[in-house]
Amino acid sequence: MTLEIPRNQPPGKEATIVVSGTTHHHPEAWKWYHYFTFNVDHKVIGIQYLVTAFLFYLIGGLMAVAMRAELATPDADLLDPNLYNAFMTNHGTIMIFLWIVPSAIGGFGNFLVPLMVGARDMAFPKLNAIAFWLNPPAGLLILASFFFGGSQSGWTAYPPLSLVTAPIAQSLWILAIVLVGTSSILGSLNFVVTILFMKVPSMKWDQLPLFCWAILATSVLALLSTPVLAAGLVLLLFDLNFGTSFFKPDAGGNVVIYQHLFWFYSHPAVYLMILPIFGIMSEVIPVHARKPIFGYKAIAYSSLAICVVGLFVWVHHMFTSGTPGWMRMFFTISTLIVAVPTGVKIFGWVATLWGGKIRFTSAMLFAIGLLMMFVMGGLSGVTMGTAPFDVHVHDTYYVVAHFHYVLFGGSVFGIYAGIYHWFPKITGRMMNETLGRIHFILTFIGTNLTFLPMHELGLQGMPRRVAMYDPQFTHLNEICTIGAYILGISVIPFTINALWSWIGGKQAGDNPWNALTLEWTTSSPPAIENWEVLPVVSHGPYEYGHDVQPLAATEAST
Amino acid sequence: MAIATTTSPSHHEEHKDLRVWGLLTFLISESLMFGGFFATYLFFRGSNEVWPPEGTEVELLVPTINTIILVSSSFVIHFGDTAIKKNNVKGMRFWYILTALMGAIFLAGQVYEYMTLGYGLTTNVFANCFYLMTGFHGLHVFVGLLLILGVLWRSRLPGHYSATKHTGIEMAEIYWHFVDIIWIILFTLLYILTLF
Ligand code: HEM
Ligand SMILES: [Cu+2]
Repeated sequence: MTLEIPRNQPPGKEATIVVSGTTHHHPEAWKWYHYFTFNVDHKVIGIQYLVTAFLFYLIGGLMAVAMRAELATPDADLLDPNLYNAFMTNHGTIMIFLWIVPSAIGGFGNFLVPLMVGARDMAFPKLNAIAFWLNPPAGLLILASFFFGGSQSGWTAYPPLSLVTAPIAQSLWILAIVLVGTSSILGSLNFVVTILFMKVPSMKWDQLPLFCWAILATSVLALLSTPVLAAGLVLLLFDLNFGTSFFKPDAGGNVVIYQHLFWFYSHPAVYLMILPIFGIMSEVIPVHARKPIFGYKAIAYSSLAICVVGLFVWVHHMFTSGTPGWMRMFFTISTLIVAVPTGVKIFGWVATLWGGKIRFTSAMLFAIGLLMMFVMGGLSGVTMGTAPFDVHVHDTYYVVAHFHYVLFGGSVFGIYAGIYHWFPKITGRMMNETLGRIHFILTFIGTNLTFLPMHELGLQGMPRRVAMYDPQFTHLNEICTIGAYILGISVIPFTINALWSWIGGKQAGDNPWNALTLEWTTSSPPAIENWEVLPVVSHGPYEYGHDVQPLAATEAST
Repeated sequence: MAIATTTSPSHHEEHKDLRVWGLLTFLISESLMFGGFFATYLFFRGSNEVWPPEGTEVELLVPTINTIILVSSSFVIHFGDTAIKKNNVKGMRFWYILTALMGAIFLAGQVYEYMTLGYGLTTNVFANCFYLMTGFHGLHVFVGLLLILGVLWRSRLPGHYSATKHTGIEMAEIYWHFVDIIWIILFTLLYILTLF
């Protein structure tokens, strides 16, 4: 990408950009304490999202390890069952609403989207900061709920259970979800407007990086589905606190309505957690395989297809709630249809890898690991999407196995891949590859050891969400618990690596991977306004192996 | 250093004011929250033999007057928008004050209705839906009112709004139309459909 257009305005009195020779009033980069304040720079916000989310990941992870320790034996001997339920509920809630969604969309989306489309910031920087700052209080509300017994009803909060256990904790939980929901709506509208209207004029739609296509689809999905969850939660809150009976069958209410409202959001929510990851995959794989992505258009459009079809499959979570036959039929078919655009992506990546000059960097290892695990998770998803099979395994550990293959093996692996890939851009320093490999190996073994046996447990009929189980399941559970300990340990080399590299890692330079998307044309970390001179796009984002020169902004302009 | 240049407050390339697009996106999103409420209501309506249940008499007179006021206020506010596009700040203020008044009357009518109805929030599922949906809508009218008052407050500053600079005015108007459209659906569901 070559740089031609000079800025059409001379720096005014608030100029922040270094123009060679002239003085300027702001530093090129933020000071450390700016990262703890209400900062409107999209890059700061992206980092704020990533770091906060990671802290919640550690908290949610500790809860998971505690639960697995409890499940190492058939009896409830370690945690009191109520505490187990509270851990189970808030583990799920934190992992979904405070780790995967905010880091994948808020973190990577905010850091990368403006850089990738050649904008200086998001369309609404203040709104963006507000969206981020709704997250910490949400987390605090969830943690506070433990002082009131902890919400007990699982991350789905199905009534009537959620109406009869720990009402204060449940209300706090609802408020927390409403906060993160608001955050995600505000964030999404910002992404939609930014991607649609703030691309550099020289970038054609088919030169838009696939990550941006993915974030666009994700945002549309979030905008359409999150408010419906809000509606359901408001009704639940009224039932809990103000004496209404929307979900109280004995007073004319109906619990299945809640399930519809909930899953109309929460099925799409699984795509909120995976579409941005698909975007990350589409960036990481071509760069480290040194090949153009296979089927750019197919991958871009399949994101949009997943977004549309994803809105029509929610009932596959409710096959066992008295769903009439025609509905089961309709939603089985629509569910199976979603597997098609998903498959398109998988084939696109495999074809990109095929014959590529693969560099087995940590980012690439996680991407390849993701491919393997996500295929597993997708396949178990397809089996459950068919109503007859789902009726059999619903609410067993088979479901737990499925969604951990897609969420851990998919989303979390993808977030890791993204961090290894963009860490040099974000911090200006390289991560340590040896520690990265150790991290990958531990995570890969840990994930499979923890979640593979759960398929078998589920098929044998072990119910999910219980602190005690029939002793016949002991052996497999022990394996799962060992896996969980390994997963717990796997976070350590990563955390050390991230902290240590951030402080003292090798200087990265502008473009350590020789990548072709726009974010690599600016300095690492990028200057406050991203570029001194906005880049001009002269070729597609994935033309590896073709005769194009990846140019860094500074080189071209000085 | 002291180079004489036109000092622009913004130091980089201006981009178009995108706030209207932001608002539209937000409103599309928000209408789905009402969509959730509507769906819930329709579900109950479809699954109950008697709807609204015995003893919940839906009062029609005040809400109908209210509806007429709210729907006409959408036209009134539009005149304000037309006025500002002709650089007529006074005219805009007139129409916006009128809209605010109509909105306030609507809210007052709603409060009056709540006080005189023979049932409360917890009476039965219909009443649950009724108060929740109209209450949420009322909250939106209130927010719309605040937006309009904000516009009026700012329009005191000379030159704040003009034929070429009126995004705030436009946004208040769009929001007001949104509130109006939601009300029409609400009115149909909660009042008119109960007649059949
Ligand atoms: C081809 C793609 C997929 C299909 C066909 C599919 C299908 C299903 C079905 C049918 C269930 C319900 C099982 C039951 O409760 O009986 C389910 C559960 C679940 N899936 Fe998927 N899924 C797919 C991909 C994903 C992805 C990509 C994610 C997230 C990244 C995900 C996350 C979940 C979660 C969290 C649950 C459990 C919800 C609960 O708590 O009950 N799935 N999936
Ligand atoms: Cu689903």
